[in-house]
Amino acid sequence: MLTKLANPSTFLRWSGVLLPWLAGLTVVSLGIGLWMAWFVAPADYQQGETIRIMYIHVPAAWLALFLYAMMSASAIGTLVWRHPLADVSQKAAAPIGAAFTLVCLVTGALWGKPMWGTYWVWDARLTSVLVLFLVYAGIIALWRTIEDPSRAARAVAILTLVGALNLPIVKFSVDWWNTLHQPASVFRMDGPTIYPTMLYPLLVMALGVTFLALTMHMYAMRTEVFRRRVRTLSILEAERLDERRAAA
Amino acid sequence: MGDPHTPFILASYLATVLVIGGLIARMILDQRAQKRALAELEARGAGRGRRRGEERAAGSPSQATAERPATTERA
Repeated sequence: MLTKLANPSTFLRWSGVLLPWLAGLTVVSLGIGLWMAWFVAPADYQQGETIRIMYIHVPAAWLALFLYAMMSASAIGTLVWRHPLADVSQKAAAPIGAAFTLVCLVTGALWGKPMWGTYWVWDARLTSVLVLFLVYAGIIALWRTIEDPSRAARAVAILTLVGALNLPIVKFSVDWWNTLHQPASVFRMDGPTIYPTMLYPLLVMALGVTFLALTMHMYAMRTEVFRRRVRTLSILEAERLDERRAAA
Repeated sequence: MGDPHTPFILASYLATVLVIGGLIARMILDQRAQKRALAELEARGAGRGRRRGEERAAGSPSQATAERPATTERA
């Protein structure tokens, strides 16, 4: 069943049907999330209105990690099963993950200046997220370096899996080292420490941003399938021209 | 919002819109370009030889252009 759904042609068919629904869910959930973040959630007693930055900074950080984890799963699909859609999924996820990591870094800096008095410190959490962004950039560069998509996919898959070692470092950096960044306040063994009036808008925003990332990923995967068909047809056309020239 | 930190809040949302919006715009333009290139190649009959080969192999007519699986590549 999964193999049939993951066939590039079948994928184009079912993703074409699913994509508008996913985009609709994104618009609705992001709309509700933004309304809750701006008009329902209260200002923080210490941070005041700057807490509104949290509603984009935290979902962006989660998505930066989620997309990398998804890329790592696709990398395993490339290396173990050599599945064509795994290659496509890897390549499509990289720029989206890089964009969310960049949003996380920029919004973090803009939140840090009024709260910490500085845009940047070289502490473990901030530095490991910067490393994540650089790994994303390296992966995008490697895709562009190797012309043959299948060869590029295998090289990128290895780099992706090596880079995945950074994921637990990002997640647990605030526990392992003494950092300026606060520790986790939502995904904790003893439950969230954030007050429900702020937690629910945050979760709705996270859901909206997740739908957005999935929509973008599916759209980018479709583009990549088209790109590979263009490449295949261009090669076939060039081969036929060569044959004609040789015959003449 | 009369908060002294309003510029930081607005800059955060603006930066998010620029980064994500920019990427979405680039993705839309990229897909349009690929679809245009695919249509041009098909119009020139670039996949004709392959289609004949596929039909011989499968014993049936080929599928529509955009839905047809690539054979010389993995996707």
